[in-house]
Amino acid sequence: MWSVFNKEINSFLNSLIAYLVMGVFLVSMGLLVWVFPDTAIFEYGYADMGIFFNLAPYVLMFLIPAITMKALAEETKSGTFELLMTKPITEFKLVMGKYLAGLVLVVISLIPTLVYYFSLSYLGNPVGNIDSAGIVGAYIGLLFLASAYTGIGIFASSLSENQIVAFIIAVFISFIAFIGFSSISDLAFFANSGMQIEKVGMLAHYDSLGKGVIDLRDVIYFVSVTALFLSATFWVLKLRKWNS
Amino acid sequence: MSILVRDLTKNFGSQTAVNNVSFEIKKGNIVGFLGPNGAGKSTTMKMITGTLPADSGQVEVDGIDVALQPLEVKKHIGYLPEHNPLYLDMYVHEFLRFCGGIYGLSGKKLKNRVSELVDLCGLKKEQNKQIGTLSKGYRQRVGLAQALVHDPSVLILDEPTTGLDPNQIIEIRNLILSISQDKTVLLSTHIMQEVQALCNRAIIIKEGKLVADQAVSELTEEKEKFTIKIELEKHADLSFWTTHQEVNSLKLVTETEYLLEATRDIRKDIFKWATQNDVDLVGISLEKGNMEEVFHKLTQNN
Repeated sequence: MWSVFNKEINSFLNSLIAYLVMGVFLVSMGLLVWVFPDTAIFEYGYADMGIFFNLAPYVLMFLIPAITMKALAEETKSGTFELLMTKPITEFKLVMGKYLAGLVLVVISLIPTLVYYFSLSYLGNPVGNIDSAGIVGAYIGLLFLASAYTGIGIFASSLSENQIVAFIIAVFISFIAFIGFSSISDLAFFANSGMQIEKVGMLAHYDSLGKGVIDLRDVIYFVSVTALFLSATFWVLKLRKWNS
Repeated sequence: MSILVRDLTKNFGSQTAVNNVSFEIKKGNIVGFLGPNGAGKSTTMKMITGTLPADSGQVEVDGIDVALQPLEVKKHIGYLPEHNPLYLDMYVHEFLRFCGGIYGLSGKKLKNRVSELVDLCGLKKEQNKQIGTLSKGYRQRVGLAQALVHDPSVLILDEPTTGLDPNQIIEIRNLILSISQDKTVLLSTHIMQEVQALCNRAIIIKEGKLVADQAVSELTEEKEKFTIKIELEKHADLSFWTTHQEVNSLKLVTETEYLLEATRDIRKDIFKWATQNDVDLVGISLEKGNMEEVFHKLTQNN
């Protein structure tokens, strides 16, 4: 598993896409949080990172599929998947290696945003007047969300040997899973079951973690979503082998 | 028994790709696996390596059942797939380390093994290049190195020399010969000379069925006719021999070379006749039947 993990990290860091994706993420987050007047913290006037945590899920919705799209699609297309299957590595380990590598890359692109926290803490009046606990909770929420997105991305990558198709499927599933359920629960038709439907989606759980309260139910929710998509990937690979 | 295949069958939909194939390969043999395109060679090889599940039948490698312990079997097999898929953006060194890592090699052991393979497969100059920039011959070497990284006892090579130029073919062949000293090798190929040059046994399949499984020398041995090649110092008339009752035909190949087909090995008689008639013989030899003819005879559709 670790050899696959290392290989993924290396090949990603050796390619231009990695720096492009991270650069685009950091530049767009920086602009949204600090510069664009509609959303910038300076206009808002409070030493609060809420705007970052509100927007990050939408940016990650595109960033993570861009990282994961080639994970399995390219292996299938170039035939190296067949090569891997002749080696003593199980589908499970392969999927886990790819998933962990994807997650670590997302974490690497999130680390520079910690600067936001320190800047804000310094800008606060008095200095250091910032809701640290809330921000830690929100970061944890963001990590869990990123983990679920990565699982979805790996799953989408197993469905097609075309990276673009994998990307679009991943963005679509992530979108539906994140806000689709809470939006649809607003329909008058679901007036009675709205609460339950909203809980199926990731937004409700992400918001609840973002308040700085680490609720075990939310943690279990995100871990389950990740596990669900990773095991779906495992079965896609298994079925493809049996049907070949 | 290194490789044991028993009643192996595989269907793709209504088409039977491999039909009840059985064979055994003893340790240390190099066996050629032949057949027309689409005969089921690659499918059989994939089933032996455990990448493709068989519909029925049994495969054992070093006494381990592939269906029951696929991971264990994979540790005993080195496999070079048909189109030699490689990570084109990886460096040769990096790729071999990655492959070794999958087999659980690490640290100093892995490092030593990789440099050993680089030496063995003649990749010294290329080891720090990206695989994508290598020529096909070198990629094939990387593919072989990859198959050898864990020092497997069984090597399965699917068309290792396809698409290479004649020099590269010889290089790869020599490489296969040098690494196969203590290993069992099953290799598929379309080049019949290759079988004669490398293998001590040939297994031929046609439309998924086994049609021959014999030593190469037995396969090419001609029983009913003897073809004798006669080389002369300068042109001479050998038409005398056409009247000989044991001679079927006499053919002038070049000015000084004849091919004579007889029902018996009559080389001694020709030699005597030549000395008596003052014909300068420079060579006389019995031609072996070639693998191509055998292959054609066994696999053509009637």
